[in-house]
Amino acid sequence: MQLARVIGTLVASQKAKGLEGVKLLVVQPLDKLQRPVGEPSIAADGTGQAGPGELVFVIASREAALALQEWFVPVDLAITGIVDQVDSR
Amino acid sequence: MYIGRVSGTVVATIKNELFQGRKLLLVDRLDLDGRPTAKYDIAVDMVQAGPGDRVLVLDEGNSARQIVDREPLGAIRAVIVGIVDEIDLHGSGGE
Repeated sequence: MQLARVIGTLVASQKAKGLEGVKLLVVQPLDKLQRPVGEPSIAADGTGQAGPGELVFVIASREAALALQEWFVPVDLAITGIVDQVDSR
Repeated sequence: MYIGRVSGTVVATIKNELFQGRKLLLVDRLDLDGRPTAKYDIAVDMVQAGPGDRVLVLDEGNSARQIVDREPLGAIRAVIVGIVDEIDLHGSGGE
């Protein structure tokens, strides 16, 4: 699981089966000092409460499909939590 | 599995139900010389590790679900499964 910043929202009215009602957000992956690293991706919001500007942690690959209300929906990146605080040294 | 160094803690109030009551730690991935690489993980702690500890980290979902033997199962991947006491590399005389 890695840190990411929500930088936008995405709307798609035509979606694959299983993705109905899933909130999609644009996230920028961050390094541990919260600096942007790599290209932004689209993540499904497993918390249902994340919004632009928020620091979140994301889970990738198969496990992302377990992060939502419905299991095994076709996603490869999901937000699993909203981060309040990171203590790093 | 890889060897990591616990470098911090992560606090999240709103999170997947699976993470309720679990400690999330920031872990730097180390190379075999013990130097931090650019990679890191937010990992669930199962061994009472703390900042500064050198740890063994699992980063695979099915194994993680076996370790975290509590319902509900689900979206979990990186888990700290051990605190490393010693590593001996053949020919290096250990560290």
